[in-house]
This record gives sequence, C-alpha cells and structure tokens, in this order.
Amino acid sequence: MIRDITLGQYYQGESVIHKLDPRTKIIATICYIVALFVVDSFIGFGIATAALIIVIAMSRVPVSFILRGLKPIFLILLFTFVLNLFVYDGHVLFRIGFLKITDEGVYKATFMAARLILLIIGSSMLTLTTKPISLTDGIESLLSPFRRFGLPAHELAMMMTIALRFIPTLIDETDKIMKAQQARGADFESGNIFNRAKSLLPILIPLFISAFRIAQDMAMAMEARCYRGGEGRTRMHKMEYEKRDYIAAVIVVLFFAIIIFERIYI
Amino acid sequence: MPIEVRNITHIYSKGMPEESVALSDVSFHVDDGCFLGIIGHTGSGKSTLLQHLNGLLKPDDGQIIVDGVDITAPKTKMVDIRKKVGLVFQYPEYQLFEEDVKTDVAFGPKNLGLSEEEIDLRVRESIELVGLNYDEIKDVSPFDLSGGQKRRVAIAGVIAMRPKVLILDEPTAGLDPKAHRELLDTIVEIHETISSIVVLVSHDMNDVARLTDKVLVMENGRLAMESRPEEIFAEGDALEEMGLGLPDVTGLMYELKKCGIEVGEGIFSPEAAAEEIAKALR
Repeated sequence: MIRDITLGQYYQGESVIHKLDPRTKIIATICYIVALFVVDSFIGFGIATAALIIVIAMSRVPVSFILRGLKPIFLILLFTFVLNLFVYDGHVLFRIGFLKITDEGVYKATFMAARLILLIIGSSMLTLTTKPISLTDGIESLLSPFRRFGLPAHELAMMMTIALRFIPTLIDETDKIMKAQQARGADFESGNIFNRAKSLLPILIPLFISAFRIAQDMAMAMEARCYRGGEGRTRMHKMEYEKRDYIAAVIVVLFFAIIIFERIYI
Repeated sequence: MPIEVRNITHIYSKGMPEESVALSDVSFHVDDGCFLGIIGHTGSGKSTLLQHLNGLLKPDDGQIIVDGVDITAPKTKMVDIRKKVGLVFQYPEYQLFEEDVKTDVAFGPKNLGLSEEEIDLRVRESIELVGLNYDEIKDVSPFDLSGGQKRRVAIAGVIAMRPKVLILDEPTAGLDPKAHRELLDTIVEIHETISSIVVLVSHDMNDVARLTDKVLVMENGRLAMESRPEEIFAEGDALEEMGLGLPDVTGLMYELKKCGIEVGEGIFSPEAAAEEIAKALR
C-alpha cells in the first residue's frame, strides 16, 4: 500500500527529459506550477494538459506507472471536489437538506480538481525523471546564491538527500513493526476511525524510536568519515548546462508566455 | 498441537518484474512436544516460512494445519491463530511502545479480549517466567531497561498470550554470552511450561545442536534437509556447501577423524567429545 506512492519515486530511463540538468527541470516544474495558478479558464488547462502530455510522451514513463502514483491522492482529490461542490453560491441545481449544489460549485469543483491533478502529475514528472540525488544536488546549486543571506543551502540539500535515502528504510521498518504487533494480536483493519487511530500508536511509537536510533547512527557514521558540512566540498558529478537545457529553457519561456497571453486576452 | 505444513509456496511481488520465489513446495510435520530448529543462510526463506506459521503471510499455494485447523483457509480468524501460535521477531525490543512494562506485556492478552484479572495474572506469570522480577520491573518504562531486559520483556509480551506454539527468530542475536545463555535457559523453561512446540531459528549451530529434537535446513526457499540434529550435523560437507557450519565440538570431531583419529560422529557436548577422544587415545 505504502509502496504505491509515486511522489518521489524515480523511473529509470534514458530519455531527453531524464538527461536534462536537474536545475533546468526544477525551474521548469516551478514555472509549470506557477502557470497552473495563473490559468483561470479551461482553455488554459487545455494548453497545460497538452504540454504535460508532450513531456510524458518524451519521457517514455508508462502512463500506468504515473496513474498508480495518483491512487493514494485520489481520496484527497475527491474530498476537495466534494467540498468545493457545496460551498459556492450560485444557481441551485440540486438540494439535499441544507446542502445545495450550484452551477458555480460544479464549475469550481471541476476547476480545482483539474488544477490539482495537473499539479500532482506535473510535479511527479520531476521526481519520476530525476534521480533523488541529482534532484538534491540541483536544489543545492539553485539555493547556493542565497547562502550570503545566511541560507544553509548545503545543509538543506543534505537533509533532503538523507530523508529520501531513508524512505525505503523506514517503510521496511514500518512493515516489520506492523507484523510484530499483528503477531501480538493487534488489529489495524477493523473498528471505527477512533479505534483505528488508536491502534496506530503501537506502530508509531516504535517507529519514531527507530527513526531516532537510525538518525543517531547515521550522524555518527558521517562524523566518523569526517563530514563537516559543505564548505570546500567537491563533487563527483559536476552539473553542467548543455544545449538541450537551453532549448528546454526557451520552450518553458514560450509556454509561460502563451499561458499569460491566454489569461489576459482570451 | 501438531503442525502440518503441506506443499507451501510463496512468491513475492507476483506478476511484477521483481517477482521472486521465497518458498517453493515446502512440507514438513512437527509433533507435539517438539523443539524444532530451523537453519539456513540469510535469504534462504526462513523468515518467510515463520511468518506463514502464524498467518502473517498467506501461501500462494499449499496448506498449513495447526491443531487440526487449516490456518490458510480464507475464513480463519486471525485472532484464533495468534492465540495458538506466538511469533517473536528478530530484535523484538523494537516493538515495545507502552509507558510501562506491565502495560506493554498486557497488549497481547488485551487484544485477545481477556478479563482484567486474567490479564494481570498472565502478565505477572510471563514476566516472572522470562526471569525478571515482576514487582521491581512492572512500573519501569521499557525504554529504561538494558538490551537483554528489553528483549525479555518483548518475549514476555508474546508468551502472555500463552501460545501453544512459540516461534523465535534469532532470539539471541546481539546479546552478550551471559544474556545469550540465560535467554536459552528461559526458552527451554517456556517449552516445559507453556508452549508445547518451540521453533527456534538460529545461526548458532551450538544452540541448535544442544536444544533441538529436529532440524530443518532451508536453502533457496526449499527444504534441503529434515532430520534429527545428530544426522544433520553428520553431513558436514553438505552444510558447508550451503554456507552453514557445524557446532564447534562436532567440527572438532570431524577434523580429528580426517586426521585419522577414530572418534564417533554426532557429538555435540564437550563432555561427550572428551570421552571419545580419551577412548581413541587409550
């Protein structure tokens, strides 16, 4: 179940999208997200969807793989949709007790759902085509100009790298603890929501303790290997912009221009 | 309460590219009163097999019958299985979570829906059984205990459910020699009092040879050997090939024999070995 989450999962590939510099991809993704909030019509979403489809096709990541990652978020999506459906005033289409569905509500709900779906798929394209390590390298490099204002760029990137590195470890740990508690007769599947939340305690507490233990071991292992922060640290893979990155940058600018044009004039 | 395992097969991530067969066509039988040992190198399917025995994993094929009940049948109630079969995982101290020892040990019995008095009784009994002083330890936070004590509390948490079958996955891993010895003594005591079948997974051939009545050797998800320890450890070469070893004493006798000294086989204890060597030297 936990393993289905695509967010933050890398899909091995050799496509142009995979080969792009992580910094290019991060900036492109940020632009795309901003664009999604600039858009205020379904035509704009059409353009954004088309752009996304082209990127997906170029990346050669199977659509089924992307959709599998969407599954866990489906509930949140449904929740936002239903919530939006009821809160807006407008021409009433439907009435159940004190709840009413208006045309405005339907419009807004669909609108928000479309935005959310594009947002999730768009940002997961970044993590699907970029190795977590290059991703954090990219973030570090992009944040390093802010170092002079006291932003700990290297430390932030290192924290992210470590966090990503430990996701599978913690999933395994959770699995182990869950099984151990099940062997003691714990039941996570039945009962009402309060009982279920309470039944999570026997998992969460040992998991937290494990996480702290792992973190402590990790910190000691890093110190034992003389880790002392980013100052003067060199890297094995140096990031360099290539021709394809410049082409990508031009395309992103063009896309953004079209979105703004659409917002203002159409 | 005999256990009957019939042709079980388990495949991880079935139908996915990373599909792997963890168990294939494993069958064996354990009689009441048996102390069973399972050996095999890392990744041979031992842990997967253990998890089948108390219903945490379901086989893709085959049946497991505990005390006449098919625990692989879809409608079997999990609580009923766990009442019968207790499983102590590797490093069980990582499953402790309550604020004091007595509440943590009570977690299992509480899940079985027992009465307050019965729970209290069982908690006291199991804490004493694992060699801890109930009155001293009952209100201590499990996180303030030493490693060996934590492990004992965790084991108490499983035996408080009074399982007729107790399975332990490398219970002595990471303990110092004294705690190691004491824990094994405790396990023998549990075997004599609460659990009529004990299944011990261990990499320590000395323990396996000394304690068990029957040994299963796992290799690549298959049951490679199944016999009495004397017979298993007479197969030194075969075990070596599987990445396993012999008990120290048995290994010594094996080497002596190779050097041309006439000693018997299937000897585990230093005392018996000394006698054999003395006989050969006479």
